[in-house]
Amino acid sequence: MTAAAITTAASARGAAFRRLIGQEALLAVAIIVLAIVVGFINPRFLATRNLSDILLGNAYIAIAAVGMSMVIISGNIDISVGALIGVLATVSGSLAVAGVPVIVAWLAALVIGVAVMAAQGAVIAYLRIPSIVVTLGMLSILKGGLISVTGGRWITDLPQNFHLADLSVFGAPMPVIIMVLATVLAALWMRHSPRGRAIYATGGNPEAARLCGVNPRRTVLMVFALHGFFAGLASLVYATQLRVIQSNTPQGLELTIITAAVVGGVSILGGVGTVVGSTLAAILIAEITSALVFINVSPYWTDALRGALILATVIADILRRQRRAAQGWKR
Amino acid sequence: MSAALNTEAAPGPAAPLLEVREIEKTFPGVRALSGVSFDVRAGEVHALLGENGAGKSTLIKIVSGVYEPDAGSILVNGAKVEFSTPDDARRVGVATIYQELLLFPELSVAENIFLGHAPLAGAGRIDWRAMRAEAERLLEALEIDDLSPDQIVGALTVGNRQRVEILRALSHNARILIMDEPTAALTESDVTRLFDVVRRLKRRGVGIVYISHRLDEIFAIADRVTVLRDGAFVGAREVAETNAAELVHMMVGRRIDNLFPKTKAEIGAPVLEARDLVRRPLTKGVSLTVKAGEIVGLAGLVGSGRSELAQTLFGMTPAESGEIRLNGEIVRIDSPERARAKGIAYVPEDRGAQGLVRRMSVLHNFSLAALGALSHAGFIDRASERRMALEGVARFSVKTSSVDEVAGRLSGGNQQKIVLGKWLANNPKLLILDEPTRGIDVGAKAEIHRLMSQLAAEGVAILMISSELPEVLGMSDRVLVMREGRLVAEFDRAEATSQAVGTAMMGGASSAGRAA
Repeated sequence: MTAAAITTAASARGAAFRRLIGQEALLAVAIIVLAIVVGFINPRFLATRNLSDILLGNAYIAIAAVGMSMVIISGNIDISVGALIGVLATVSGSLAVAGVPVIVAWLAALVIGVAVMAAQGAVIAYLRIPSIVVTLGMLSILKGGLISVTGGRWITDLPQNFHLADLSVFGAPMPVIIMVLATVLAALWMRHSPRGRAIYATGGNPEAARLCGVNPRRTVLMVFALHGFFAGLASLVYATQLRVIQSNTPQGLELTIITAAVVGGVSILGGVGTVVGSTLAAILIAEITSALVFINVSPYWTDALRGALILATVIADILRRQRRAAQGWKR
Repeated sequence: MSAALNTEAAPGPAAPLLEVREIEKTFPGVRALSGVSFDVRAGEVHALLGENGAGKSTLIKIVSGVYEPDAGSILVNGAKVEFSTPDDARRVGVATIYQELLLFPELSVAENIFLGHAPLAGAGRIDWRAMRAEAERLLEALEIDDLSPDQIVGALTVGNRQRVEILRALSHNARILIMDEPTAALTESDVTRLFDVVRRLKRRGVGIVYISHRLDEIFAIADRVTVLRDGAFVGAREVAETNAAELVHMMVGRRIDNLFPKTKAEIGAPVLEARDLVRRPLTKGVSLTVKAGEIVGLAGLVGSGRSELAQTLFGMTPAESGEIRLNGEIVRIDSPERARAKGIAYVPEDRGAQGLVRRMSVLHNFSLAALGALSHAGFIDRASERRMALEGVARFSVKTSSVDEVAGRLSGGNQQKIVLGKWLANNPKLLILDEPTRGIDVGAKAEIHRLMSQLAAEGVAILMISSELPEVLGMSDRVLVMREGRLVAEFDRAEATSQAVGTAMMGGASSAGRAA
């Protein structure tokens, strides 16, 4: 390669780098600008208390969105995760109340989360049933099963040491630590390991991946198992913040998690995206929800706004793709 | 809309049903048709013959209104017509039966026949009874007694489905029927029944354009034959006055391609030795040997089982029986993973679907087949990965702004170089190439041929499948010909002429009985 060619390659590499971090940078800017604007209208929005509430109250969504991003990048989707988080919270809480050591109660959430998701992953990968069908079925089973088993009773009198989320390390609250760790480790793994790369290849073109020695089925199974682990973590952060665990989760939780992934830059068609983006998007969505309260907009608008956000992101993604096609995206 | 019949040319008594004159069609970078003329009379079967890429498909797409010609004219019953949609063609009585049948498997025979123009009983209601009666009438007209209007199409055999398509064409009062390789997927008895139907259609005065690769069929059913080559008209013959040798000669011509001078490589010990490989339905006992430094060309028509053989050798569809030796050692190849581990590389036919992850970067595509070798302790060595991709880009002269560019944005030729290049990181001993230069421009093609020569010189054994005879003849040290799942002929470079290989591919006149 000539020196000139290397220079162009280097500058193009810079361009590619910018393109790669584009969505993340955009989200980070959006988070800051929104805080400043809303802070101007109502300074109480910027109170430390409120900002930390936003983070602590929504860290579990960002954690679940890490796993969801992997699932969507691999070319699948999961709509059962909201219901699963509810079930895991109940199981974990019930065990703790029953006097089981809290560490076992916590581990139970992780193990069951992995087991349920791995089972779904196996059905999707090996029986080749579309993930939306499998997880829709699981959503109903989990939701209906939970109400039937608990009879809608609330879990109270949780032992003091159950509340993992109340802990902090060097002043950093546990939910934020778990969120940051989960995001950073998953991002590094996705970017630097052969298995992470296999997820992108499987979502991008399973047949080409297979010919290159990647096993797309095993990859999908692995992705769902990991997603189950993150769902377990999310349920722990969620459940151990509560004093009372009800047998339901916030309405539309799975959609909020999917929205975070998509707004974070994960292509709904698979093969493209990062978990850093999904975490930033989860924070942005939480911030918007809180901001609406502070500028006196009816909370009923939250859902509509979240819907508009997801549509805008997907449309932007498609338009970008079409523009690329117009520039000569070749078959 | 613009199917306007204009009457400038008065329909004479001898006017053919359909006539095309001096049709030209150019696609970006490719001249698909240059001045092709052709006509069909009532009650005649006129065969269109030519290699892949000769322009047959383009021609029938123009006649059936899918493409508009750049120049030239189409006449129906002696009157000039212009088609801008397939519907325009249908309205003047031109119907086309494509290789992929366009039927609705969940619907009945009658519903399929009348889809879109069902008899109505007023107020927009479908008159089911009339529809059924009409379907019965059509079945009787073609003396088809083993189909009923109520059968569900999805449950029918391919041959029967094809007859439903023919009935659908007749229900539109088609006067001109175009059949694109109608026997490609048929069993022998289905072929016989199809020919019966074709003969009855002839008697009813329908003009038939019949496209086929199979010379024996042309002699069995056609009255006239027109040969195309490289988008140009070569000649037309009365079937009664020609023979297979002449037609093959017209099809393949005497082109010599000096585009890719093959360099001579030293040929060493056998790398691949396959014996009696069987994988139903299309690999029926194949034995072949490819030696180090040797390029073996595998010729054959589409559907002869070439690609299926490649997929069996690469473990995508493992052999049911037979033996594969690599470097003298018996190996079992039951997955692409295993094949790769044994030093086999495979560049698939369909680059878009099988070769490339178009949304990933050039860098990541290059390393995808070598991730294991590039990783330490579960993590990819990003520096080596980048070095490998940069080397590949330089060696294969991939034209890209950077290795971080998204692979799907490169041209077809450059994409193909990546697909080829990513395998070389594994230092394969055997390279299987399926249509390595299909759909890429001449410059990239020459470069891929240069690379093949270079790899052979390094001692790689190469098995190349190609539908382009000049490519096979130009690149191969040895040519194997496959037909109907078997190897039927073998030629050394010196004796491999287009005439000889072409005849072996078609089955020549000797197999006029259509060997199953």
